[in-house]
Amino acid sequence: MNRLNFHRLILWSMLLLFAAWFLVPLYVMLITSLKDAEQLRSGNLLSLPAAPTLDAWFKAWGSACTGVQCEGLKPFFWNSMVMVVPAVLLSTLIGSLNGYVLSKWKFRGSETLFAFMLFGVFMPMQVVLLPMSQVLGWLGVASSIWGLMLVHVVAGIPSTTLFFRNYYIGLPDELIKAAQLDGAGFWMIFRRIVLPLSLPILVVTLIWQFTNIWNDFLYGVVFSGADSKPITVGLNNLANTSSAVKEYNVDMAAALIAALPTLFVYVVAGKYFVRGLTAGAVKG
Amino acid sequence: MGALAIRNIHKTYNETVHILKGIDLEIDAGEFLILVGPSGCGKSTLLSMIAGLDHPTRGSIHIGEREVTHLPSKDRDIAMVFQSYALYPNMTVAQNIAFGLEIRKVPKDERKAAVDRVSAMLQIGHLLDRKPGQLSGGQRQRVAMGRALARDPKLFLFDEPLSNLDAKLRVEMRAEIKLLHQRTQTTTVYVTHDQVEAMTLGDRIAVMKDGLVQQFGTPNDIYNHPANRFVAEFIGSPAMNMVDAQRVGQALTAHGVELAITDAQRAAVQAHGSAELVYGLRPESIGFAATGLRGKLSMIEPTGPETYATVDTAAGKLTARVPGVLQAAVGDAVHLQWAAEQSHLFDRASGVRVG
Repeated sequence: MNRLNFHRLILWSMLLLFAAWFLVPLYVMLITSLKDAEQLRSGNLLSLPAAPTLDAWFKAWGSACTGVQCEGLKPFFWNSMVMVVPAVLLSTLIGSLNGYVLSKWKFRGSETLFAFMLFGVFMPMQVVLLPMSQVLGWLGVASSIWGLMLVHVVAGIPSTTLFFRNYYIGLPDELIKAAQLDGAGFWMIFRRIVLPLSLPILVVTLIWQFTNIWNDFLYGVVFSGADSKPITVGLNNLANTSSAVKEYNVDMAAALIAALPTLFVYVVAGKYFVRGLTAGAVKG
Repeated sequence: MGALAIRNIHKTYNETVHILKGIDLEIDAGEFLILVGPSGCGKSTLLSMIAGLDHPTRGSIHIGEREVTHLPSKDRDIAMVFQSYALYPNMTVAQNIAFGLEIRKVPKDERKAAVDRVSAMLQIGHLLDRKPGQLSGGQRQRVAMGRALARDPKLFLFDEPLSNLDAKLRVEMRAEIKLLHQRTQTTTVYVTHDQVEAMTLGDRIAVMKDGLVQQFGTPNDIYNHPANRFVAEFIGSPAMNMVDAQRVGQALTAHGVELAITDAQRAAVQAHGSAELVYGLRPESIGFAATGLRGKLSMIEPTGPETYATVDTAAGKLTARVPGVLQAAVGDAVHLQWAAEQSHLFDRASGVRVG
């Protein structure tokens, strides 16, 4: 019994230590964002805020300078929202359709096509920068929110296709055949049978895409125009805009604002995420 | 024209793999056709073609008066029960049953009437609000049949529907399928590899092997007049005894033992070219007697109502199937007798029936 307790003790202390290790940065960010400029100057990084205030948050949101303009992160945040939500939905929908075709409506060469799409998953993002800006130019959507959305949809399709295809492989083919005999066609089977069975993988893909696109910096900085910069670019500009005194509390608040949506998505849908990653074949 | 006619169906993959090599079958309305054979014989491929889920390389399929060879499944007026049942996991039992009707835009009250009709017929009324995941194997089987019945199709297809059930349930559901067919009289095609299912359910049986129909006939035909050695050995349990035999003058012998044959068989053997034959005897044709072929009991397998006894004789090993309990022990000397009319003769090289 004592031995067991001893092992427990070691185990718990290790886990707590690691948890603390990973949580310290978050703690520092949070308390720093709640401090006023006065306390920052005193220099104690880990101390609790003497007079907690949300001033830094308001400033980061509405009036901090990002380069020459001083409107805070607000415009960037909405740019990101307007761009990310449709991009996530579109890339997920297209991925699920692709997966449905590649697993249940195989045609000559569909496996080869899938293999080529897999290249897209592993291809470094930097490779496509120049050709993509050329294409966006031809399409007339360069430096706009539409162009950025298009880039994210296209870049997301390989991984969303992979997710859905591998999930749908686990659905019995006989389900599709039975539905065909019942008189359902391609779209009807997708809408009435396949999509309703897709909830776990749908959640996984939505979280994955949301996190990826929301957190993207490279495409955002390269393909956006002056008025369509996403929040990651805004945050970067905010932190790099030099003023007389470095306002760490505002920087921290801004970083937290930029991270909140993905945090929110994890908290709300996280349990589906884990469940979806481990979900086996659907038992009929 | 019959309710289902299959004409010269060929299926070839990649121009080298021949799955079906010319299948011809025709059945009348209301008949129960069994496709039976070992795995890989092409029976499931043939069923898929009747269902419209696969298409033949050559040949044609007619349902009633219509040629349907290249028609999509949904336009064939057929319903199918799959081996895995293939119930839609996201729908309730009632929705599963009504789905085909809904797709065909049948009004809601008619759909409800159909669900009520089939659920009463299959005694699944109390399950209508459940999801397939909450049902037992036998219940899923019933729902799958209900889904097929609801549309009142012209042709009913079954793809090894009982092979996922345990032995007891399989016998129950077999009887249920038979009763159902007697009641609805829907033309049915049923694929199985189980010869007992084939014999008990079929009005007509097509025994298949290597992409060819070996014999097409009533269960009685198949059992009592097997067209070749494969059919003779495939149908019946324990399998038919097969003894290699030679024609010597007018007689037929195996290792010096003269085998009883009828005058008609004698004539057929004389007319047949080869002297190398196989002599077949169903185990139940053989009985113990005071005289006859001498042998030694080498194994006794009691099943309860009957006993299988294996006897080593000069002609070879023979299995007899006798009623009740056998009052003998392994090693005993016994005599076997049978009637010449009960024997079957096959050519040894080709396996074709001689007489």
